[in-house]
Parts: sequence; C-alpha cells; structure tokens
Amino acid sequence: MKIFELENISMAAGFLLLMVGIWGIISQRNIIKMIISFSIVDTSIHLLLVSIGYIRNRTAPIIGEGVTKTDAATQITDPVPQALVLTAIVIGVGITALLLTYSLKLYRHNRSLEINHFNSLKW
Amino acid sequence: MIQIILLIVMAVIMLVMAFIAIHHKSLQVAVIASGIISLFASVIYIFLAAPDVAITEASIGSALTVGIFFYILNKIRHEDIKK
Amino acid sequence: MKILRNSALLLIVGFMAWMMIHLYGQYESRDALNPVAEYYAVNGPEETGAANLVTSIVVTYRGLDTLGEVTILFLTAAIIGLLLRTEKGSRKKSVRESSEFLSTASGILIPVITLIGIYIFMNGHLTPGGGFQGGAVLASSFILVLLAISNKRIGHRLLDYTEAISGISFILLGILGILLAGGFLDNRILPLGNFGTLFSAGAIPVIYSLIGLKVGAELSNVILELNQIQGEEEEL
Repeated sequence: MKIFELENISMAAGFLLLMVGIWGIISQRNIIKMIISFSIVDTSIHLLLVSIGYIRNRTAPIIGEGVTKTDAATQITDPVPQALVLTAIVIGVGITALLLTYSLKLYRHNRSLEINHFNSLKW
Repeated sequence: MIQIILLIVMAVIMLVMAFIAIHHKSLQVAVIASGIISLFASVIYIFLAAPDVAITEASIGSALTVGIFFYILNKIRHEDIKK
Repeated sequence: MKILRNSALLLIVGFMAWMMIHLYGQYESRDALNPVAEYYAVNGPEETGAANLVTSIVVTYRGLDTLGEVTILFLTAAIIGLLLRTEKGSRKKSVRESSEFLSTASGILIPVITLIGIYIFMNGHLTPGGGFQGGAVLASSFILVLLAISNKRIGHRLLDYTEAISGISFILLGILGILLAGGFLDNRILPLGNFGTLFSAGAIPVIYSLIGLKVGAELSNVILELNQIQGEEEEL
C-alpha cells in the first residue's frame, strides 16, 4: 500500500503542518503568533525536503561500517537535499530573530502587538 | 512496522501541537508547543536517514529559537511593568 | 464582515489544500539517485577524502552557497545590532542576582558544552555534525554564561574579533584554493591523508572549524544584543 510507507507518511505530515502554519499566518491578529506560525511553516518545509530525498531501504550518506567506498551509489540516500536543509535551518533562526526584533520595536512604538492597531499606513 | 506506527504517532502529536501553538491564549505555551514540533521533527529526520539534519534541528530549532522567543517575551513583559 | 473574512480565508486555504493533494498524489517514491547525487556519491570520497558526503557537499562542491549563508547570518546580526542600539552611559541595569544553583552548575557545565561543540565541528568530515551544529552548541553555552553572570556586562570585543578573523581566513582559504588547486574553496591545498582519520580530507576540517567559530560568534552576538537592550523610554 502506497500510503503506509515511511516517506509518504512524513510527506503527508509536512503538507498538513504547512497548511496549519499558513492558516495561522493569515488568521491570527497577534504578531508573536504570526511569527510562531512562520517557524512552523519553516519546520514543515524542511520535513518535506528531507522526505523527498529519502530512498527506501538505504542508509545515511556516511562512508563507514555499513557503506563501502566503491558501491556507495547503491547504498545511500540522496545527500543533496540534506545539505540544502542544513543551511536553510541556520538561515531560519536568523530570520526569526530579525522578525522578533522588529516586533519588539513595534511594541515600543505603539504599546500593542495586535495587527489591527497598526493603522498609520491606512487611509 | 514498529517504525511506521511510531512515525504516525509522532505526526499526530506534531499536528496537535501545531493547533495548540496557533490557538492557545498564552504566548508562552504557544512558544513551547512550537519547540516540541521541532523536537519531534528531529526524531523523524533520524528515521529518514538524515543524522546531520537531526542534530541541527535539535540544537537550533528546539533550543536556540525557543531561547530567543523567551528573551523577547521577557522584554515585552518588562515594558508593561514599567508603564 | 466577519463572515466575509472567514470565507475568504477558507477559500485561500482550500485552494492550497487542493494544490497540495494533487502534488501528494503525483509523487512517486524514488528507487535510485539522480545524476548529480550519483556523481557526488561515486567521486566524492576520492576527490575530497571526507567520509561524510553531506560535509563534502556543504564545504567543497557547494562552498559558495555556504559563503552566502554565512553572509546572510552576519547581515542579520548587524541589523539586529543597529535596531537595538542604545546610548552609551545609560546601561545601568537592575537585574536580580542569578541563583547559587545556576552559578555553581554552570561552572561545571560550560566547559563541557563548549568542548562538545568543538568536538562536533572538528569531526565534521567523519561523523554527523559540522560547523553549523557546533556553532549552535557554542551559542547555547553562551546563553548559559549570560544567565549565570547576569549582573556583569560582557563586552562585544572578543566576539567581534573571533567573527572577523574566522571570516577573513575562510575567504583567504577559498582564494588559496583558486591559486593552488582546482577552484574556489577547493580542499586539496593540503594533502588528503588517510581516509577516515582526523587529519585527513585536506582543508575540510580547517574550513569547517572556521565556519563553526563564525556561526557561533554570530549567534552569540544576536543573543548578546537581545540581552543588553534597555527600555529606551519613549525616544521615538
């Protein structure tokens, strides 16, 4: 059965988390809640990328006990998405810190975290 | 087989934590719930044969990010007390 | 009004769900590597000498991406410092002393955590781990330092020098790769050594240690900025 495989379950979890995170971003009024939803979307995209790189019955891309140097190509999972996700996680924490700093600045300016109270650009 | 059952349980916990993170009234609970999502995601990465990503997610997603969130929440509470 | 808003939100999310169900239904599990990954798997151990293929991709084949990533992190730290800067002299802070438990335990824990971080990025070419993970562990030990000695001020100077020196050496090693070996950030400027030992894989351990120091210094800088901000009372 196709649904009950390792990569299909984790991919479904990634899609559902992505939906929940986007729902949070567009429906919440509190800025901190929006940033939390943003970090959930971040995690879900990393989960999707890693589960795309998974190949069944293979092991981690490290040459050692179980994987020999000569036929590594038939024994390991895809290392390229893992390398991409590695950098994406580190950038994600930087972006989250930047968003939080802006929210603190906005709070000092307006004494509020509700998005409805920021109406200086509305007309 | 046992891997797949564990994986389904963890996915369900992650979804419940995501709903808590978005709809709970208290911001502290929401931040901790998002940290728990990262923690379970790092366990799933080990199942998916990606130990490098698992270490990164566990040390950054569930430790540093939660720490930075709590620093900012602390600052906002202090501003409230001062006024 | 509220009904209109909620139905618009439901429309957007429903459209996204429809797209994602299609994506999910069309996905077919793979049973072989694609050509790029196969090239890395076949030639990577011979060309770079690193046992961990993810490390050889991050440091050597895609080294330029790593340089851009470190630059983004540096920009983030700089922007946070700019946004939160305070006037000199108004730094008097009334924090309560950290508790006896915390200051005693951190004296034991901080060296151990720092050692684990250094171990993780020194062995990045052999075991899972590397510069980003080690840097994050170093930054978490820095959080513990800040919590333990909350009543003293900590200067930026050491962090700034660490970051600047490791960044400049990273780029210099990359340019040495152009001059002595095949291209930017080529690791064959040092001998490849025995496969699987600590001093092997050419310049990869050196480059990854520099990346680890730089990432650790940048994340610690962000945390230090967030720790030192005052209530700038109504200066806006």
